[in-house]
Amino acid sequence: MKRHLLEAADLDRDDATLVLDTAAQIDQALAGREVKKLPTLRGRTVVNLFYEDSTRTRISFELAAKRLSADVINFSAKGSSVSKGESLKDTALTLEAMGADAVVVRHWASGAPHRLANWVRGSVVNAGDGTHEHPTQALLDAYTIRQRLGRLDGVRVTIVGDVLHSRVARSNVGLLHTLGAEVTLVAPPTLLPVGVGSWPAEVGYDLDAVLPKSDVVMMLRVQAERMNASYFPSAREYSRRYGLDARRMAALPDDAIVMHPGPMNRGMEIAAEVADSVRSTIVEQVANGVSTRMAVLYLLLGGSPQ
Amino acid sequence: MTTYLIKGARPLGGEPADILVKDGRIAAIGDSLSATGAEVVEAAGLIALPGLVDLHTHLREPGREDAETVETGSRAAALGGFTAVHAMANTDPVADTAGVVEQVWRLGQEAGLVDVVPVGAVTVGLKGERLAELGAMADSAARVRVFSDDGHCVSDPALMRRALEYVKAFDGVVAQHAEEPRLTVGAQMHEGDRSARLGLTGWPAAAEEAIIARDVLLAEHVGARLHVCHVSTAGSVEILRWAKSRGVQVTAEVTPHHLLLTDACAESYDPVFKVNPPLRTDADVEALRAGLADGTIDAVGTDHAPHAVEDKESEWAQARPGMLGLEQALSVVIETMVEPGRLDWAGVADRMSVRPAAIGRVDGHGRPLAPGEPANLVLVDPSARATVDPAALASRSRNSPYAGRELPGRVVATFLKGTPTVLDGKAVK
Amino acid sequence: MADGPRTRVQYRRHRSDHSFNDPSSEAGKEASLARSSEPARSSTPGSAPGTLLSAADVARVVDRMAHQLIERAATGGPASADGGLADLVLVGIPTRGAPLARRLAARIQAFTGTGVDVGTADITLYRDDLRLRGVRALEPTVLPDAGIDGRLVVLVDDVLFSGRSVRAALDALRDLGRPRSVQLAVLVDRGHRELPIRADFVGKNVPTSRSQQVKVHLAEVDGVDEVLVTEATGTEAAQ
Ligand SMILES: [Zn+2]
Repeated sequence: MKRHLLEAADLDRDDATLVLDTAAQIDQALAGREVKKLPTLRGRTVVNLFYEDSTRTRISFELAAKRLSADVINFSAKGSSVSKGESLKDTALTLEAMGADAVVVRHWASGAPHRLANWVRGSVVNAGDGTHEHPTQALLDAYTIRQRLGRLDGVRVTIVGDVLHSRVARSNVGLLHTLGAEVTLVAPPTLLPVGVGSWPAEVGYDLDAVLPKSDVVMMLRVQAERMNASYFPSAREYSRRYGLDARRMAALPDDAIVMHPGPMNRGMEIAAEVADSVRSTIVEQVANGVSTRMAVLYLLLGGSPQ
Repeated sequence: MTTYLIKGARPLGGEPADILVKDGRIAAIGDSLSATGAEVVEAAGLIALPGLVDLHTHLREPGREDAETVETGSRAAALGGFTAVHAMANTDPVADTAGVVEQVWRLGQEAGLVDVVPVGAVTVGLKGERLAELGAMADSAARVRVFSDDGHCVSDPALMRRALEYVKAFDGVVAQHAEEPRLTVGAQMHEGDRSARLGLTGWPAAAEEAIIARDVLLAEHVGARLHVCHVSTAGSVEILRWAKSRGVQVTAEVTPHHLLLTDACAESYDPVFKVNPPLRTDADVEALRAGLADGTIDAVGTDHAPHAVEDKESEWAQARPGMLGLEQALSVVIETMVEPGRLDWAGVADRMSVRPAAIGRVDGHGRPLAPGEPANLVLVDPSARATVDPAALASRSRNSPYAGRELPGRVVATFLKGTPTVLDGKAVK
Repeated sequence: MADGPRTRVQYRRHRSDHSFNDPSSEAGKEASLARSSEPARSSTPGSAPGTLLSAADVARVVDRMAHQLIERAATGGPASADGGLADLVLVGIPTRGAPLARRLAARIQAFTGTGVDVGTADITLYRDDLRLRGVRALEPTVLPDAGIDGRLVVLVDDVLFSGRSVRAALDALRDLGRPRSVQLAVLVDRGHRELPIRADFVGKNVPTSRSQQVKVHLAEVDGVDEVLVTEATGTEAAQ
């Protein structure tokens, strides 16, 4: 494993498999226990540095670190020196002085974790940067797929929605490809980046054509504001062409699953009856997030010499 | 005034000759010249070129003296072999009145390291709404001939047309920063494979090309001179080639960084590589070199853009665009054009001195190396190679994209109107 | 050769060592003892390098340990019809403690006709020396369906060295349940304890110097049964 986890490309197939296997062992070790706490990272400090509100992701990382007995400091950009104009570098040096062993960073700017990694000695874990990547989300998604379907190799994953602005899509395309899955992206052409042709994924515009050949459908959150920038004409048209409703879900193979990184826009990209169906892994994804992040923290911090 | 005898330099890369500099002019060029009392400059192996002229320099004064001043920028220019630089108008206050351009011009005269030629803003406050007092700036002591809203595009086509027409009255030229703003909202880097992967909002080539295409048609229609700043794409070169073939009075510049670097630099997310227009692809770099070689692109313009550390040591999206260029411009041209055989030394003189001086209507610069001409000249050691150390630069800022890169060529001496501003590779003052 | 439990004498005797050359882990039983090129300091001469136990020796030692466990089960707890074996859980510490526990259970069944519960407890996440050892892939933690609460748990490991693995295993057990009693069975005790821990069942005591390695190979993992003593080489020491 590299020292930092900044993007899916930091993990080769062996590393990624090791993370998933470790998460599975942790899950198994903690299953049914009253005390879900391990002493592994006692005395280590994990800083959650969040420049963007994301309670879900922060809590998931916080729980993961605490279950490994690390000391956790939450450093939110709001109400701290960060919002008073302190530069990312100055913040990094402050964290360095505090002796952070790992910095989990969520940032609105693509590449901010890469910058941070130049300035701190500890490990940097990207918890989502701008429209770039969110590698632990991809890991928990891969973990969830493997848990449900028993494999990743050859699994046909269709990612639907705002690929252009989605860090989840970028990380999943990279990681799932690394792990042998076949990824197809489906979106209105306006929400696919110029240059998507160089990605290791098929690209299509017709959701109905792809669904019968999908083992996994991953719905991305679509912000209604996008229609103000003419990415699509209206929420209704988007939903009609790219939303997953019960009729479309019926076109999926029998054991196919439906995923969503959350938070969902019910009625927009996903219908309530789909989100709540047995195919939906949305709740598992949340639980798996904790064990996957525990695995990442263990593998990055467990053995790194000071 | 000291008389200088330059021994054994090769004018424009030709046969070695001695050059006698006296009373601010070239007094003689020939074999084995001698002059009693002259200070001798040994120049065997050095190339003599007319002093370089930059059409595109950001000196930051007034307003951001923490990033650069007229004096520090002038010193950087002299060390880069320049004897004249055009100071861009996006200062604070904006150089959109006779008062501001005269202030900048006077600061340049006081520094005395290069001729600082102010550029006037096209529109008031660079806002793109109404014309600044272009005539007043032209008539001022600064004698402004180049007008630009650089940093911003004059995107309103009607306003652009009026500007092109209006400056004809005093032989002016509008230097356009070609960027269709509606196509570059939030843009961070060249739009392509890399921007898709890095998650940085793309700056499409079409946003530049669309404006250049529009502007050459306007310039043709009204019979005016148009200059295109920092051309960065292969498509732009094609449009320029087409326009020139039609006889449109259009000129264009390319920056050193667009001749050398590509969008691959963005992979580090180090904002030292963030610039506007952005670094493009290998294919664009190749087209720009070809365009400069065949004259489709007339000039090298540095777009020297100093920025304070805090404006660059940040997230990519937060950082200001721009990079230093004056001190390495000639080296980059040697690396990308001379050493590969695409431009000889006469070609370098043409693209870095003669044509930019002509475009800017700068008197006394870009002249032949001949007796009687003003002694604006530079001596270059083409065989020297050095690794760029930002800390050693004369600029007040450190945002050089060439840090750690080895580049060829060294400016040994620069003469401004017969007075050395650089000797032995060091600034004289 | 001395069978049975060792006293804490060894621990005291080597106390002075570890401030100079603290292995801080039992990695030395599989890899090198010395983490630097610094020569090991030890007053113990160690065993002659070579094969300590052959495959036949290993089988004999395992049989003897199985008998000792049967005896302990019968005498240690409340009397019962099956000789206390239902009360017994053998918990192997991966990697090689796990197959060792299964073998012991198989031999106990062979001798008594009664099955014994077996589990494994991966201790990696409980180690206090992760920084020194580096991460490694986790192995399963599997407990019998009946759990370990109120039962006699015997931890099974291949080599007892510093005692840190056992300490980690005790921590893991605490999170897994509340046994009536916890005891320790090891195939080889090589001394150099750093903690007040002793084994209740020892296959073979082996005096070693710190610079030596004891390598236990088991067919399930390594394809062969044998116990070797080797001198750490320079390259191994650097790992
Ligand atoms: Zn510009």
